[in-house]
Amino acid sequence: MIVLPDLARHALGLPVEATPTAASVDSLHAAVITTTLVGTACVAAVTFVFVLRYRRTREAPAATPRIVASGFREWLTASAVLALFVGFWAVGYVQYTSIERPPSGTLVVYVTAKQWMWQFTYADGRSSEDVLVVRAGTPFELVMTSRDVIHSFFVPSFRIKQDTIPGRWVTLYVDAAAPGSYPIYCAEFCGVAHSHMLGEVRVLDEADYAVWEREATHDGYAARGREVAASHGCLSCHALDGQKRAGPSFAGLYGSRVPLDDGRVVIADEAYLTHSIVDPLADRVAGYPAMMPSYHGQLSAEETGALLELIRSLRDTLPTQGRVP
Amino acid sequence: MSADSDHFESVAQRAQAVRLALGVFLASETLLFTAILALVVGYRATWPEAFAFGVHHNTKVLGSINTVVLLTSSTSLAVALEMLRTGRRRVATALTLFTAACGVAFLAIKITEYEHHFAEGIYPGGRGAFFVAHPIAGLPAFWTLYFLATGFHGVHVLAGVGAVGYRAIRMPDATEIHRFEATALYWHFVDLVWLFLWPLFYLA
Amino acid sequence: MTALPIPPGAAHDERSFWTTATTIKSWLVTTDHKRIGILYFVATTSMLFLGGIFAIIIRLEHLTPGPTIVSAETYNRLFTLHGVIMVWLYMIPSIPAGFGNFLVPLQIGATEVAFPRLNLASFYVYVIGAAVVIGSLFAGGVDTGWTFYAPYSARTPATVLPTLIGIFIVGCSTILGGINFIVTIHTMRLRGLGWMRMPLFTWTIYATSIIQILATPVLGIALTVIGLDHTFDWGLFDPARGGDPVLLQHLFWFYSHPAVYIMILPAMGVVSEVIPTFAHKNPYSYRAIVYSTLGIAFVGFLTWGHHMFVAGISRFDAAAFGLLSMLVAIFSAIKVFTWVGTLFRGSIELAVPLLYVFSFFFLFTFGGMTGVAVATMSLDVHWHDTYFVVAHFHFIMVGATFTAFLSAIHYWFPKVTGRLYARKPALVGWALVTLGFLVTFTPQFLLGNGGMPRRYYDDPVGFSVLHVISTMGSWLLTLGMFVVLGVIVHGVARGAKAGPNPWHSRSFEWRTASPPPKRNFVGPIDFNIGAYAYDVADEP
Repeated sequence: MIVLPDLARHALGLPVEATPTAASVDSLHAAVITTTLVGTACVAAVTFVFVLRYRRTREAPAATPRIVASGFREWLTASAVLALFVGFWAVGYVQYTSIERPPSGTLVVYVTAKQWMWQFTYADGRSSEDVLVVRAGTPFELVMTSRDVIHSFFVPSFRIKQDTIPGRWVTLYVDAAAPGSYPIYCAEFCGVAHSHMLGEVRVLDEADYAVWEREATHDGYAARGREVAASHGCLSCHALDGQKRAGPSFAGLYGSRVPLDDGRVVIADEAYLTHSIVDPLADRVAGYPAMMPSYHGQLSAEETGALLELIRSLRDTLPTQGRVP
Repeated sequence: MSADSDHFESVAQRAQAVRLALGVFLASETLLFTAILALVVGYRATWPEAFAFGVHHNTKVLGSINTVVLLTSSTSLAVALEMLRTGRRRVATALTLFTAACGVAFLAIKITEYEHHFAEGIYPGGRGAFFVAHPIAGLPAFWTLYFLATGFHGVHVLAGVGAVGYRAIRMPDATEIHRFEATALYWHFVDLVWLFLWPLFYLA
Repeated sequence: MTALPIPPGAAHDERSFWTTATTIKSWLVTTDHKRIGILYFVATTSMLFLGGIFAIIIRLEHLTPGPTIVSAETYNRLFTLHGVIMVWLYMIPSIPAGFGNFLVPLQIGATEVAFPRLNLASFYVYVIGAAVVIGSLFAGGVDTGWTFYAPYSARTPATVLPTLIGIFIVGCSTILGGINFIVTIHTMRLRGLGWMRMPLFTWTIYATSIIQILATPVLGIALTVIGLDHTFDWGLFDPARGGDPVLLQHLFWFYSHPAVYIMILPAMGVVSEVIPTFAHKNPYSYRAIVYSTLGIAFVGFLTWGHHMFVAGISRFDAAAFGLLSMLVAIFSAIKVFTWVGTLFRGSIELAVPLLYVFSFFFLFTFGGMTGVAVATMSLDVHWHDTYFVVAHFHFIMVGATFTAFLSAIHYWFPKVTGRLYARKPALVGWALVTLGFLVTFTPQFLLGNGGMPRRYYDDPVGFSVLHVISTMGSWLLTLGMFVVLGVIVHGVARGAKAGPNPWHSRSFEWRTASPPPKRNFVGPIDFNIGAYAYDVADEP
């Protein structure tokens, strides 16, 4: 496997090679792009030479010799080129299949794509929005679906991509990554905020990951969520203890069946909650006034995640004054 | 030859051109229905129980009568062509009109079938009481594809009725018999397409 | 100096097709294939400029990473309509319906196409379809991308139906035109003109027509089901009702991959005419060009899944489509070798059409090989839905097809108008278009390598410099196009008289006056000397 020199990588505009797979893919990339450049240069060079050598002069001949390629030469050239292309295809196939086949014992993360966010659920039940936290050097498997339309999970630094399809689960295997922060893009057009559906893979080394595991407990996030809710005015309308104010209480909300003002009943899950933060009047709970302002663009992914953690932490809280209708 | 076709060297050349044109057109139409059938076959492979259930509940008798109607109409048109070739124009005209009438009958029966489906609460898109009563995964796909396929086919039958009817009124003479052949070929094609739809949607 | 014997009287007595009738009505109800070709040329070229305006706005939006001149909703509609207009209203009909209509009967020694009135009807069907597509702009326009993937296309708040209907109607025009060409080439060839003596451009129109009549109906079904799902909630691709969104992709790409061959084969036909003419040399292998043309038409139907490597198809499917994609690339490689080989021991005249063909060589070879690159599955995982793919297909569609279109304009300019364009300004146009193209699209390969996704309104951090360069390139390209437009208009109005065959081409369309008379040839037609017989001396 050729390791692409940094200079070449920069010249080609490629991002860092954060995983061994990325490095292999780049090797093949280098071979293919070199062939492309060499092939094009050859065609250009030969054309240039012919044009110079055989250019029409004032003593233009009345006729030129009739030259027809030999069949053998044609077949030989075509076969050689085909063999080269099939070689690329073969290596590409091996690499392509390797990103689907996780070894056993791989860490699993469930990914749900939704207009216009990424939700990551870890094996221990924890969730995060838009930020995927994994441990460096540990391969992991993404099991992915979409809640609405086709999205596509794309991490350029890993050279991986997979469409997420509603109604289906697809898997993607990511091998050991180097510590760092790598952007996630949605790569399948999914509506007006397609280019805002950004995320981040945060690969933490052993020590930092251990810290995250400890801190990123329900309590830690939930406390942060309480801060966010206070500073953004959520608590003026949404009580934490079951009181019904201008908005429904967060107590017992998560996972409950919520009747909407148009007669539908939905489950108050992450998708519903995040949507309501961004577009509160779309799926309004029945019996409450249409007053909540939109927080679109005002909360970072981390703040949104913390708010959700707060609401999740209150799922088993019995409301002190009446149940959420 | 009319002034419009004086770019042809001969009637034979024009006849060849018309026949080839229709053949090419039918190749195109074959792909049209192949695309629909690909959807049907694709979903059938994914939802075999739903498709079996849908077939079982379809209007088999009416659908099969329609098959007989179309086969009869193709036969009558083929005989009409032969009558035209041998100069028996009046018989040819009568048979051609009969073919068109069969086409109308097909459409009438089809509309009756649709009314029956609607009465049972079967609408495209999986809407209707039938789907509430039978919440089988993939059942909406069966019925929606049924409406899509028979709808496209019905439009082609309607166009065919127009073409055959027109042909009956303007029977070509011996030198222009390729026009009749072209119309007949189109009608046979429409019949052939039905012979694919009928087993997929009505027989097990 | 006349190249070949022109029947006496053709250059003098017979009025040209331009002057036999000059009322507007005579143009609107014409059944003359040459006039219909010109009508198509004007209509499709107008669509080119309309699609181009959208492209300019799209590129302007990318001058800054955040919102620049339009909203996200508008941007999404702009790139969708740019694609729809360019693909269906310009690229697909342009060379076949414009140049094909004008030239095919001339190239086969016929006076007309097989069905002249059907030909006129096809034009009007095109116009109606184009009007409906443009009208859909006023209904707010579509925002799904020209690929209309489900379920988004079923759910988008934008109005989808008018655009779909417009494309469907244009598709009918394509099929009718395809039928006409196939029948014409089969039945109207001059007596004694065998298939393997036909000009190569006509061969590509034939192969293109076969693809058109077989593939377009599948598009019709795809558009119909998308429209039904969106407008009447038929839910055929709604997973909640058993639908499979990936199945729609299969249906769409089964048409849309052969569609790209509809867009490139006629351009390749132009190249196959221009090189022998200006190298004054027979094609290095006529057979190779014919068989590779047919090979592309056939194998091109088997490769559609390479648009779906990350869509959720099986490993086996992906491998099969990848391998077949490599095979179809070989046919193009054979053509490039044959074209370059035609220059060998020729007598090469650096006329403007040939310069465009050299741009074609470079841009098609590079762009085509990036096609081989994206057909390499593991590489496509990274590049799919990024600017790398955008660059790849623009290299082929603009760098190759559009360049060939410009070559065709300059090459057949004297044939159609009887005049010559001014060479120096034409050279300027060529240089600007080629350079402008390179500056616009080369940076997009690098954007794609970096992971910049396509159809993005806002650009993530780190891609600005390349976007700005690309946008500046688009201005240069636009300038070049206007220079070319100026050259054409000036040439039509004031160009020097050309004579029947200013390029001394052997090809059959040059064996009559320029412009041709209404009935194409006057007197007996002699195609005994072949269309590429440059080993036969010019007549004095």
